[in-house]
Parts: sequence; structure tokens; C-alpha cells
Amino acid sequence: MSARRPLPRWADVALLPVLNLLLALIVFSIFVLLIGQDPIAALGIMINGAFGYGEGIGFTLHFATSFVFTGLCVAVAAHAGLFNIGGDGQAYVAGLGAIAVGLLLDQTSWLLVLPLSILASMIVGAAWAFIPGYLQAKRGSHVVITTIMFNFIASALMAYLLVYVLKPVGVQEPSTANVVNAGKIPQLRQFLPFFGNAPLNLTIVFAIAALFGVYFLLWRTKFGYALRTLGHNPTASTYAGISNSRMIIYVMMISGALAGMVAVNEVLGVQARIVIDVTAGYGFVGIAVALMGRNHPIGIGLAAVLFGALYQGGLDLQFYMPAITRDMIVVIQALVIMFTGAMEGLLRPGLETAFMLYFPEQKAEAQKRETVGTES
Amino acid sequence: MDYADIISALAATLRLTTPLLLACLAGLYSERSGVFDIGLEGKMLAGAFGAATVAYLTGNAWLGLLAAIGVSILMAMLHAVASITLKGNQIISGVAINFLAQGLTAVLGLAWFHQGGRTPQLPDGGRFPSIVWPGATQFETVPIIGPIYSDLISGQNIFVYVAFLAVPITWWVLYRTRFGLRLRAVGENPKAVDTAGISVTLLRYRALLITGVLCGIAGAYFSIAQSNGFINNMTAGKGYIALAALIFAKWRPVPAMFACLLFGFLDAEQIRLQGSSIFGWQIPVQFIQALPYILTCVLLAGFIGKAIGPKAGGIPYVKER
Repeated sequence: MSARRPLPRWADVALLPVLNLLLALIVFSIFVLLIGQDPIAALGIMINGAFGYGEGIGFTLHFATSFVFTGLCVAVAAHAGLFNIGGDGQAYVAGLGAIAVGLLLDQTSWLLVLPLSILASMIVGAAWAFIPGYLQAKRGSHVVITTIMFNFIASALMAYLLVYVLKPVGVQEPSTANVVNAGKIPQLRQFLPFFGNAPLNLTIVFAIAALFGVYFLLWRTKFGYALRTLGHNPTASTYAGISNSRMIIYVMMISGALAGMVAVNEVLGVQARIVIDVTAGYGFVGIAVALMGRNHPIGIGLAAVLFGALYQGGLDLQFYMPAITRDMIVVIQALVIMFTGAMEGLLRPGLETAFMLYFPEQKAEAQKRETVGTES
Repeated sequence: MDYADIISALAATLRLTTPLLLACLAGLYSERSGVFDIGLEGKMLAGAFGAATVAYLTGNAWLGLLAAIGVSILMAMLHAVASITLKGNQIISGVAINFLAQGLTAVLGLAWFHQGGRTPQLPDGGRFPSIVWPGATQFETVPIIGPIYSDLISGQNIFVYVAFLAVPITWWVLYRTRFGLRLRAVGENPKAVDTAGISVTLLRYRALLITGVLCGIAGAYFSIAQSNGFINNMTAGKGYIALAALIFAKWRPVPAMFACLLFGFLDAEQIRLQGSSIFGWQIPVQFIQALPYILTCVLLAGFIGKAIGPKAGGIPYVKER
């Protein structure tokens, strides 16, 4: 039996994700070369597009806002041992809550709309996630499968509502009515011309608050402790007197509520209405963000900015290198999910051995663990 | 709806069931061996692209099919390395594979063919034709049986026959061969299989190899049989419907065929069913599109029987602790 060789904490949370990201970028470069383009130039354009000028930064942060929410959505569920793939559907349906508040209170003030639309989106998102949560908790249906199914059910439901129910008279494409006045969330460019035409809006404040909130919830409350206990060992949590099924439902609802926040950012912050696939793919980016960020709010914040940069940089890349479409971002996303998520075992053993060889204290600790292991 | 309509509806059902059935059986091999595979969609899409590319370049449909199988196997092996050898999370690997296929087919398609992501029209011989059985035209006029023979049994694509032939073969492999017994065992209790001196890893790799082959065939059907070339994202969620069908069939081959036929029928009849109404409620087409997913959730919830998957599904096998 081999000794357990744990990595030092900094290597586990920072070095390994960075190495995996590099690996993803190397494979990405190979694909770029394959279609006859210069990967270094492509990366340069992307970095400049994401951070090089005010409007780019605004777009990057705008995308990052949505990714913080979906990343937290995946992470909260992951800490309880649940894999919520349904962030996409939850965010999409939650748009109904956001637009309802936006349209109803369009003649009032954004000071009223902002909190109420957030509340409404979170409630609708939570309600959509409640069903898979309930089915997992009470009927034992695997939450991964049900959330996948619910993504498709959500997109069918929304398509139906947009085509037959919510479409205003005289509008051609399926969408809801437009929010025109107070229902819109103020965009930061109204105060800071630095951001150019970027749709970055006040929702970002709530994204940052959500990062702190989730940290507090998970590591500083009794509920968070129960949640993580459930994730580590469901049997132990049962014996500790925690109702696992109730926890599962609560966790899924919190997860769905976080996904629902995306709707505020996209529907009231940018589009001012719901169009088909208004939150398309954001839920899935959340998976990559949560994996990259190690399910920790600090990591998720950084990873969300990274993916925001990839999205915005990808837009610029498409503009300057027409041979590369935005779909290249999907490829990077896939590679990041692959290397930081499923293929984490690729680099870890090598890294652990390297640390054993070159860091004496690491070796001492491993030997200590080894001895304890054989004695017990 | 007269007799000819029924026949044409059934023929359409067969055509739409074919890729579902192939993908569903592909998933069956993988999941029965204890490896979750939500990457069916991605493998089919990549296969469809590979088939169209090679069939266009060579003008040979068979080479196209071979390419589809090759590409799909490559993706299946990626899944295998991640989830069997490296003991990674199978769901995450599946998600990654779906995105990889979606992104790469679009990027490479545009870079190679400059047609907005589609491949050019296939040349003659690049596409699998329908097979007309002997006497199909003569029998056409025979009442009742005639149309069944000439429009339903005859005149289908070779893939349709392959897909439905794969059902009894899969049944036989699964329940009547040593490999099948071991496959089912490794999905339920890998430790027992390991104790008997059989390699869990090798068995699961072989299962995923079959998954790759079947997904490749399903992918080729999309681009070089059903259509005349590759279109962006042309599998359109069929891989997930196949997954739903697999759960619906409780991971068994013959029920899988019926589940796929049901979902294929719903797909074929969407437009027609749209006009009809139940209890005065007009059925929207979106409801019919969502029906396979709703039915699967209802089934998973245990309201109509219980769907319990292979016990060891999703858990990487660690030999020693």
C-alpha cells in the first residue's frame, strides 16, 4: 500500500488548478495551430480584449457576474454531495420572476425593483430546483439525471410561454414585452463612462455579496456545517440527527436560488426582456467555474473572472481572427472541465511525488501518516 | 388519418428511432458496466462530423462510416481514461465530452469548409441510399400487407436494419455470453468480479469501446444517411433522449427498443399531434418535445414502476484501500 502523500494546501488549491489550466491552454493551442492560426497571437488578442480597455473590462465583469452565481450554484450543491447540472434551466425559468417584477413595477423606482426582482428570481429559481431536490430526497431519483431532464423541460416550457403566452401583440420573434423605465437595473456606465457600452450593472454588487454570503453560510453557520457533513458522509449526518432528505431539498433550493440571480443580471440588466435562451449555457459554465475554483468562494470569484475574460476575449478574437469562432470558447471550457474536473488524477500523483522528493517536511508528514495507518 | 398515413407515420417513426436506439444501446453497454455516460450526445455529434468530412473528401460512404466510428471511439476512450484509469468523475467527463464535440465540430467545420460550420453537400456515393427490397414495387398494390412490405420494411436505410438488429444481438451478448455475464456483474459488484480474477478495468474498457462503435454508427446516420452532410449541432439533444430512453427501459435491451420507438413516434408525430386537443386543451408542440423528459422524471420518481440503475454505476473501482 502506498503512503498517502497529501499536497501542501497552497499547492492543492492554487498550483494544481493553474497547472491544469495551463494544460488546457496547451491543448487549446494545438487546436488553434490545427486550423492554421497563431495561438500566441490569439491569446494576446483575448487578453487584450478582456482587460486591455474599459469596455472590455466591463464586459468581462458582466459575464463574470453571471458566472459567480452559476459557479456558487454548483458549489453549494457539491458541498452537500449533490451535482446540480440544472443551473441553466433554473436561471432560464427564474427569468419569469425577474421580468414579472420588472414589468409590474416599471413605473416606480429601480430602488424598489432591484430587491424585489432579486427576491422573485431567487424564489422562482428555487422552486424549479425544488422538484429535482424533492425527487432526490423523497423518491431517490438521481439528481444528476433529473436536473438534466429539467433543463430540457425548462427550455420547452419557456419556448411555449414566449411563443404563445407572453409575446406582445405585433412582435415577430418570441419574447416578452420590454421593460422600459424603472424596471431596468442601472448599468455602471451611467456613472462611469470608463466602461463604454458594456452592460455591467449593479447586479455585480450582489454577486460579490453572494460570494461572502455563501462563505458565511457554509463555514460559519450550523446549517453550513450540517450541509458539509451531509456531503462528506450521509450516514454520519443521519446519526448526528440531521434530516438528510430535508437538507437535500434545502440545498437544492439554495442552489436554484443562486442560479436564479443570473436572470436579474441578464434579463433586467441587459436585455430588458426575455428572449429565447437568454441565459444559454451559463449554467454549464458554472460547472467549470466551480471545478476551477475548488468550490470555494475565493476560487469561484477568480475563476468567474477568468471565464468572463474568456467569453469577452472570445468575442474580440472572433472579430480580429474570423477563422476562429466563438465556439472556440466552448472548446476551452470543455478542456478546463476535463482537466480540472475529470482528469484531475493526471497531474496530482506526479505532483505529490515531486513534493515528497523535494520538500522534507512533506515527506515527514507522509511517513507519519503511513505509520499511523499501519498501526491502526 | 387513412391507412397510407399510418404507414408513412410508422416509417417516419422507424427513421427517427434509429439513432435513438443505437445511442441508447451504446449507453446500455457503458452503464451496465458501471460507467455513467452522459456523453452520448457528444460522441454522436463528433461521429456525424467525422462521417460527413471523410465522406465528402473521399466520396465513399463506407469510409465515412468508418471515420465516424473512429472519432467516436476516440472520444469514448477519452471518457474511459478519465473515468476508469484516472478514476475521475464520470458525469464531469461526460459533460466535458459533450462540450468538446460541440465546440470542435463548429470550429473545425468553419475552418475547413468555410460554410458557417456545415460541410458541403456530399458527392455521389458519399451517402447511404435506401435499400429497396426485391419485389417492393410489385407488392405495392396488394391490400393491407403490400404497403407494409414496400413502404415500411423495404425502402429503409441500412442503418435502420442495423439498429433493430442490434437489439437481439445485445440481448444475446448480455444474457447468453460469458462477456455479458461479466459485464452485468461488473456494473453491480466490481469487487466480486475482481476477486474472480477478471480485470475490472479491461472489462469496462471493452464496454466503452462498444459504446464508441455504436455512437459512431448513430452519428454517421445523422450526417451521411438521414441528411446530406453535417449541420451545426445536428444531433439536437437526441443523445439525452437516448439517455432518457435507457432509464425508461431500466437498462434492458428489448424495453430499450420500445422506449426508443415511443420517443421516436412522439418525435415523428409532433406536428400532427400539435393540432389535437385533450379535454379542450390544445397540445402545444413544446409539450410533446418535453414529454420524453417528463415521462422519464415521473418514472424515476417511482410513480410508474421504479428505475434502479446498475449498483456500481458512477463509482470508479479502486482495487485496494
